[in-house]
Amino acid sequence: MSQYRPMTEEELRERVRRLKAEVHPDRVDMFTFRGAQYDHGLAWVHFPEGLGGLGINPKMQAIVADELRKDVQTVYDDLAINPIGIGMGAPTLMTYGSDELKRALLRKCFTGEEIWCQLFSEPGAGSDVAGLATRAVRDGDDWVVNGQKVWTTLAHVAKWGLLVARTNPDVPKHEGLSYFLLDMHSPGVEVRPLYQITGEAEFNEVFLNDVRIPHRYMLGQEGQGWQVAITTLMNERTALGGGSTQKGGGPIQVLMQIWNARPPKRHSPAETAVLRDKITRLYIESELLRLTALRAREMMRAGNPGPEGSVGKLAQAELYKKIWECGMDVLGEDALVYEPGYTLRRPAHEERRDKVLLAKYQFLRSRANSIEGGTSEIMRNILGERVLGLPGEPRTDKGIPWKDIPRGG
Amino acid sequence: MDFAFTPEHDELRQTVRRFLQDRSDEATVRRLMVTDEGFDRSTWAQLAEQLGLTALIVPETYGGSGLGPVELAITLEEMGRALFCAPYFSTAVLSVAALNEAASDEAKQELLPEIAAGKKIVALALAEPQGIWEPADVRLRARKGRNGWTLTGEKTAIIDGHVADELLVVARTPEGLSLFRVRGNADGLERVPLPALDLTRKLARVRFSKTPAESVAAAPDVQPQLERAFLLGLAALAAEQVGGAQQCLELSTQHAKTRWQFGRPIGSFQAIKHRCADMLVAVEFAKSAAYHAAFRAAEGNGSDLAVAARMAKSYCSDAYFQVANDTIQVHGGMGFTWEHPAHLYFKRAKSSALLFGDPVHHREKLAALIGI
Repeated sequence: MSQYRPMTEEELRERVRRLKAEVHPDRVDMFTFRGAQYDHGLAWVHFPEGLGGLGINPKMQAIVADELRKDVQTVYDDLAINPIGIGMGAPTLMTYGSDELKRALLRKCFTGEEIWCQLFSEPGAGSDVAGLATRAVRDGDDWVVNGQKVWTTLAHVAKWGLLVARTNPDVPKHEGLSYFLLDMHSPGVEVRPLYQITGEAEFNEVFLNDVRIPHRYMLGQEGQGWQVAITTLMNERTALGGGSTQKGGGPIQVLMQIWNARPPKRHSPAETAVLRDKITRLYIESELLRLTALRAREMMRAGNPGPEGSVGKLAQAELYKKIWECGMDVLGEDALVYEPGYTLRRPAHEERRDKVLLAKYQFLRSRANSIEGGTSEIMRNILGERVLGLPGEPRTDKGIPWKDIPRGG
Repeated sequence: MDFAFTPEHDELRQTVRRFLQDRSDEATVRRLMVTDEGFDRSTWAQLAEQLGLTALIVPETYGGSGLGPVELAITLEEMGRALFCAPYFSTAVLSVAALNEAASDEAKQELLPEIAAGKKIVALALAEPQGIWEPADVRLRARKGRNGWTLTGEKTAIIDGHVADELLVVARTPEGLSLFRVRGNADGLERVPLPALDLTRKLARVRFSKTPAESVAAAPDVQPQLERAFLLGLAALAAEQVGGAQQCLELSTQHAKTRWQFGRPIGSFQAIKHRCADMLVAVEFAKSAAYHAAFRAAEGNGSDLAVAARMAKSYCSDAYFQVANDTIQVHGGMGFTWEHPAHLYFKRAKSSALLFGDPVHHREKLAALIGI
């Protein structure tokens, strides 16, 4: 019944060994090795042959990863190389793209020669992303795009953007969207770093001024953009919400280390008691976040998934914010200083190797935990409506043309 | 494995749930909670004879089912959900745990088969006035005279102490902490039923005045064994709290769907919906805590159990109270009335949070265990 062709684990391992015999990852550069991996069908094993795959079950990708790790120094992490391209863009392209586009883009997507980014959110469309306003107007064989995107990771280094734009404002909001692959080097694309609370710019703003996209770069049909976007989002690897998989690991470990390294006279006995209780609470919640994710996996394995899988994102966001707030309280006067300063810069992880610096940085960075990937308010709506079955909020944007939806400002 | 529930576990849950739906509906709970005894003897007999639940964690050699903390957690979760009025927690959980861990073979042989058969109600007298909950802190002294041991002093917060046929009393001897058996009709035993905050769980205080007692301990000092029994009790109580919290969440959700104000169900307002979502998170975390403690208890590793049980008792207490408290709020005026069951859960939530040490107490112990 499977749509995948059968292959034994040993056969697959043998293919990986053959790849490594042909080009050894320790001896060639990343693009060469990963190009060969793609050509051997070991990039996305479930993709068709000739397009980076073997047409076998995607679960077997783990076998490839395992075999690739053996006896080598150089192990590549797909999601570090091109997270949006490899994790989300490629599956979308595979589902909705033409053969021509697949052949042109997939290989360089996998090697990392061409980085991808995602152009969904806008200043006026955050939680309500389907309400977005970037316009694409047909002009001959091209679409002409005008608008502004925001929170775009990697846009400053990206060659391709996954763009959702409005092609028809006269129909309800979900129906008037189309999905494009945008060449980020096109005239009229301007990328600016987005200066954030930490002083860094992890993200960008992308301004689109009369940008021309050839029609053949549309994924799916005109007006099908929302459906295509859902495919992209479904492939978003949900690293969010499981907490640390290791007992006592993650943010709580850092907090406990800071606590245990505090100067002996910083807190009075009464202050110590209060803080200790607070940290113990946070420890318990961290453990329960981990255990709830574990329980969700067990229930899933038993074919009986329940609400335990849905609470993680909300719980983690709120918990991590509290942990880092507590870190500042424990640090006391030391937390009055923010060593890296706020000069605009791209993220530099070495700044945060020190636990104390990490804690201060995370105090600021974790404010986004309850916003990015679904605000805590949206998560509570989802839990309330999809898990508990509570009725939805009455909506003023349902079934009416996008252009008639009330909007502020 | 951490949460490996089996089809047999699901079956047990269904069996207990059906029995309680039949024999412990709200009307029955309300009828029993205002009686002096606080439970129905025919239901108790059925529970023992037909379901064998009084024998659940009694070892097979003593006429029990020999099941463990996981099956117990499932049973108690259902009982907590139904606010089941019966001397189950005192007899089949606390007393059996204390006997299993700390009693001599002879004492087990005398007491466990009768408990398993539902023929004897036994209460554990552990807590003492002024916040003494832990075996390690017990002060009551047993004295050895010519005619054996006697007890003089006071124990409090004894669950079902008013109806117990016998008491198991934790007391100190010169050699260490020990466990004693006191007959319900012993000389010098004064039992004072307490007007409990939670009507569905009867409590008593007892005064001993040179009351004859029989040592049932397996060794001169059984403090470690009693501590383990105490931790098993905490884990079991946490599971009971989960059941109550889950029921509160369901009551609130149901009400939010069917109660209309301003022309719409109140559950469509985010103020209510988000409160319910937070309740859901608390309940799911509480389940993880209680089940984790049950599975750890079943594995028998002492230090893991201490961490897991204290974590569960602390978190489940807070979660149950949050959810029960919010249940009143979601129900509005109706939630404040006697007719609505919200107050029964609310009172159970607070009283079970305080029994055997409140969340702050267990977090303090936990902090020491994990190095905070």
